[in-house]
Amino acid sequence: MYKYFLIVLFAAIPALAQEPEQKDTLATVTVKTSSSSIRKSQTAVTNTQVMTSRELLKAACCNLAESFETNPSIDVNFTDALTGAKQIKMLGLTSPYLMITEENIPSVRGASQTFGMTFTPGTWVESIQITKGAGSVVNGYESISGQINTELIKPATDIPFFFNMYGSTDSRLELNGHFNERFGDKWSSSLFVHGNMRRMPMDQNDDGFLDNPISSQINVMNRWQYNNAEKGWVSFITARVMNDEKLTGEVASHHNPSATGFWKSEINTQRYDIATKIGYVFPDMPYQSIGFQNAYSRHVQDSYFGNNIYNIAQDSFYSNLILNSIINNTRHKFAAGINFTLDRYRENVIVPGIDNNFDRIDNSLGAFAEYTFDNSDNFSLIAGMRADYHNRLGVFATPRLHVRYNPWADGTLRASAGRGKRAANIFAENQQLFASARSFSILDLGGKIYGLDPEIAWNYGISFSQKFKIFGQPSDIGFDLYRTDFSNQAVVDLYANVHQVSFYNLTGNSSATSLQVDFNYEPLKHLNLRTAYKYYDIETDYLSGTNQRPLQARHRLFANVEFATHIDDKGHRWKFDTTWNWTGEQRLPTTEGNSSWNKLPVDANPFSTVNAQMTRSFSSKFEMYAGVENLTNYRQDKPILGSENPFGAEFDASIIYAPVFGRMMYAGLRFKVK
Amino acid sequence: MRNILILLMTFGSLVTASAQEKNKNAKYSIEVSGNCGQCKKRIEKAALSVNGVKSAVWNEEDGKLSLILNEEKSSLLDVEKAIAKVGHDTPDVKSTDADYEKLHSCCKYDRETGH
Repeated sequence: MYKYFLIVLFAAIPALAQEPEQKDTLATVTVKTSSSSIRKSQTAVTNTQVMTSRELLKAACCNLAESFETNPSIDVNFTDALTGAKQIKMLGLTSPYLMITEENIPSVRGASQTFGMTFTPGTWVESIQITKGAGSVVNGYESISGQINTELIKPATDIPFFFNMYGSTDSRLELNGHFNERFGDKWSSSLFVHGNMRRMPMDQNDDGFLDNPISSQINVMNRWQYNNAEKGWVSFITARVMNDEKLTGEVASHHNPSATGFWKSEINTQRYDIATKIGYVFPDMPYQSIGFQNAYSRHVQDSYFGNNIYNIAQDSFYSNLILNSIINNTRHKFAAGINFTLDRYRENVIVPGIDNNFDRIDNSLGAFAEYTFDNSDNFSLIAGMRADYHNRLGVFATPRLHVRYNPWADGTLRASAGRGKRAANIFAENQQLFASARSFSILDLGGKIYGLDPEIAWNYGISFSQKFKIFGQPSDIGFDLYRTDFSNQAVVDLYANVHQVSFYNLTGNSSATSLQVDFNYEPLKHLNLRTAYKYYDIETDYLSGTNQRPLQARHRLFANVEFATHIDDKGHRWKFDTTWNWTGEQRLPTTEGNSSWNKLPVDANPFSTVNAQMTRSFSSKFEMYAGVENLTNYRQDKPILGSENPFGAEFDASIIYAPVFGRMMYAGLRFKVK
Repeated sequence: MRNILILLMTFGSLVTASAQEKNKNAKYSIEVSGNCGQCKKRIEKAALSVNGVKSAVWNEEDGKLSLILNEEKSSLLDVEKAIAKVGHDTPDVKSTDADYEKLHSCCKYDRETGH
């Protein structure tokens, strides 16, 4: 099926390529303003990287979870052998320890923790801001190792029409259409329609299980923007509906859907979002503004994994009122406000060891204040404090501090410290464990969150970057050193027993230390080299002793090379991009006690993966791209333990440390009307 | 704790601000001589150091300094004096030759004749 699709796709090129060219305004401006699609400001107080939508085009595809493959600050892992959902990590900690927001409204939290990032199509994204360390107090208290904020395309600056089609040899097909309309000089609206599906069952490693789920997703978003620059008003109304279905398990069950006795899994998710934002800038005081955001979402996941059943529904309401202004002059700014969160969960878990409903209502009310000092030269700081009441976390304060100093030209020194506190959704965050025969046990009973206490951590970081020239061409080097100290953690223990997972409050120490060294160089115009070395020491005191967090490499290397030809006056251009990732040894969960053929070594072997892509722009309106992921075809030997007896005690599809799917090729096109 | 106090004070001043006359947020745009990013930092820093200047943004392209000024605390002339003191000429106050000479070599803009 996809072969025909590719033929059709390539057949379309000559016809469109002949199209007479018009003005190339938008594309040329973007190219001129930034030589790099990842920017790190020298004046920002926080350690924040901005990824533009151009950077997202460098990865194969297609949603937010997959958009970090060319960014060394974020590690993309694979969760389980069945769902293929990609888990991301920053500073060695998984995404639950990040605050993930969409236009500063918390988006991936609670029930959506595992799959939430796959529910935002990449073409909707305008830019992504990645902040390492404590982060701002404005959006909440939950972030511990960092924040990822996604800005979606704004109707007022959107192009009238965009179309994107993508197909790949793992039988995934994606379609994106964007439509934009202006109504007078104040109102504008964009409609975004996304669909993806994977229809063909594939089992490259002949273990009898699908390597990727059979899946389909429909995702529709409508945004309205009101802009009145004279009066100082800006407003957004965004509504969104999403349906996602995944079916996976034994290949035989797919060929014979009515047969029983096969191991199967289905994960069906519906999500509804509505968000409003109102902003007012005082016309005679441009430094003073008021913002009011409200968001409601409903997230419903019904799923089973073999005999395990997991259903969760979350209704969530979020409200944030914020005032931005100055003290005396713009060197002293502040933000102050209040926010309110209400979450209603219905959660039903039927697994070995647990058969229970965990229905609950969580609410919190908080006030925050953040002060920013900027000497408009070489020093700035942000000091933030918030106080919250939460029905399960209690009353608590969240202090955070960021400092930036430029000791000399082109050198930037930053430091940060801050506290984070959160309620761990132990089931939603560890869904990959449902695809195993493990029994689940919660060892503590006294706490208010599944019997456990809130997670509390302090994060400290220091970073330095220096820009310089090599043979007259720009380059820079950076060092990021961060440490997270947990004073309490919901420990997930996979070391005690191969047939069990236990959850308990931390007794002793748990910390995550990470070092990242970056070197970037642009030896020629349009030729960019990015390299990074990363070191992680993620150590936790388990009941069975101190150990590294499982499935975390201590050492990683990253390199990315991008090259583009000059745009000629007709808008023709070639772009090439290659990423190499080396992942060092990773500690694996214990498999002691399994049959010899279902045992894994203590550590997984190091391995490398290579992704490559090329893009051909035929004009500012039309371009095509093709690429390959996992070029060297590296695959994990045995992604599913006990696959010969899926209902036996040794079945475990959760221990994934390397790609499950081998080499994958893809191609796509983008068409814009400006 | 100090921050909270500062905030409370600010809230207080905001409330009073709305009850006062217009000149608390007087807007001016004046030409200030200069030629580079370093000049921008120096000009804005000098302007903001004047009590009552709430916002000061100098545009390198057209040499215009946009000011928001609380005229109860200081006048436009006070701001121009402060800027001239660090070496940049303004419409009403010119720098002394000594102050001009203190500028970094890249900031030595072309001065009008007569100086």
